[in-house]
Amino acid sequence: MSRAARAAALLLALLLACARDAAAQPLVADLSSHEISITTGFSGTELLLFGATEGEGDIVVVVRGPAGPATVRRKSRVLGIWINTDSVRFEGVPSFYRVASSRPLDQVGTPGMRQRHQIGVGAVSARPPEGTSPERLAEFRDGLVRAKLREGLWNDVPGQVSFMGPKLFRTTISFPPNVPTGIYNVEVFLVKDGREIGAQTAPMRVKKTGIGARIYDFAHRHAAAHGLVAVLIALAAGWAASAAFRRS
Amino acid sequence: MQIYLPVAELSANWLLLLGLGGGVGLLSGLFGVGGGFLMTPLLIFIGVPPAIAVGSEAAQIVGASVSGALAHWRRNNVDFRMGFVLLAGGLFGSTIGVQVFALLRKAGQVELIIALAYVVILGAIGSLMLVESVRAMRRQRLTGSTRRGKLHQHTWLHGLPLKMRFPKSKLYISALLPFAVGAFVGLLAALMGVGGGFIMVPAMIYLLGMPTSVVVGTSLFQIVFVTANVTFLQAWQNQTVDMVLAVLLLVGGVVGAQFGARLGQKLRGEQLRGLMALLVLGVAIKLAVDLVVTPQDAFSLGGGRAH
Repeated sequence: MSRAARAAALLLALLLACARDAAAQPLVADLSSHEISITTGFSGTELLLFGATEGEGDIVVVVRGPAGPATVRRKSRVLGIWINTDSVRFEGVPSFYRVASSRPLDQVGTPGMRQRHQIGVGAVSARPPEGTSPERLAEFRDGLVRAKLREGLWNDVPGQVSFMGPKLFRTTISFPPNVPTGIYNVEVFLVKDGREIGAQTAPMRVKKTGIGARIYDFAHRHAAAHGLVAVLIALAAGWAASAAFRRS
Repeated sequence: MQIYLPVAELSANWLLLLGLGGGVGLLSGLFGVGGGFLMTPLLIFIGVPPAIAVGSEAAQIVGASVSGALAHWRRNNVDFRMGFVLLAGGLFGSTIGVQVFALLRKAGQVELIIALAYVVILGAIGSLMLVESVRAMRRQRLTGSTRRGKLHQHTWLHGLPLKMRFPKSKLYISALLPFAVGAFVGLLAALMGVGGGFIMVPAMIYLLGMPTSVVVGTSLFQIVFVTANVTFLQAWQNQTVDMVLAVLLLVGGVVGAQFGARLGQKLRGEQLRGLMALLVLGVAIKLAVDLVVTPQDAFSLGGGRAH
């Protein structure tokens, strides 16, 4: 089944579910797939997120990849050349971040609510070491955001959540080729009058599959054996390639 | 057209990688050098992390050098005695180099040191080669023939202890000398992702005074083992060898080198060396400019990803 057909089928099932539970739940949403497989030919992908609301409001979608430490380095000029001279290590930084909204973010909810739910790059979590001065923190945090934007792993321009009729909404979430692996968290908020009146979370997984995954595992779990195999492959490939060329 | 490089964890155009391998292979066949000093910076320019570029390029050089080394062995152009002394130095130097690499990576300075090493070494080698080839061209225009200076001059280097006989090279010199040359080139191999032929060959001719007939074969023999050691250690300790990348570059490189070698026979030696010198200087200048020019953003994410 194609991705579009599968999405359509899910959408239909969801509509039926909505009709039944409409009174019970203010917000229902789902993804076209809960898993992204990084195969040998992987060059990025898109997922469709869709859902239905009961009542009016704004929809905000936040996608976060697995969190971990991130070291931000600053270059300065030493003897005429640019050298990394300073660094700050942030903890709990999402490796991936996407936000989408039905209206510009500053018109949705309150600053406190946006901060709490990490809505907008300015609100994404990044814990600095204790005792970092506010000015230094601001500089390095901005540096972190810019670096993540350059890598295409975060977005600062929110994606568009579009409504089809008064209740149904949809948005696409794009994942670049360098998308990190791990468990992702997809949160959907229904916001009205500065308050969230509904929320739903869905886990999602990005994993490597096929031969690429096996090579990666081998290279990291059995690093010494991988080193030996790498040397042997290089020797064999070099010898074979030149032998093949000489014969032809 | 996209292929996911599993260890580098990025997706690249495999035709581009084959083409890069072919292009650099063509130049390396043309000039008779390994091409690592061109490939590693090119990989970094197209966005491969420097650590992965260095580690994978070492694997590529193993493959690219093995057929040449075998060919020279068959033609009896390898001084094994000298080769083993160079190799002992090379293994020593490259093992230290990989440790230094890991430390630099942790400190966030590996990009800087790679770039600086390239600027200094390529700048020096390129300038020397350019001066030498211009002189040779001018001399030839004056006298109509190329003449070489006295090959065997006695200096303080010949007073070093641990003298050893190298019958094949017709030399009686201190073993410390080739050991030191091997160690220096091994260190560079680990830090820069090069085979080091472009340093090894001049060092063998001018410093050790080896006859040119065995220089290339002996240097290739040593390069195969030293880059194999670098590949193994980088894969083991730093996990920075991407074999998918290495094999793509290798296949392109072997094909390109065959065409390059044929093309090279049609050009004159001094002109070739002059062109090669310009190429080497070009890479050095590009890297030097990148170090000096104010970066677009002084902030960067670094120190390798947390796995």
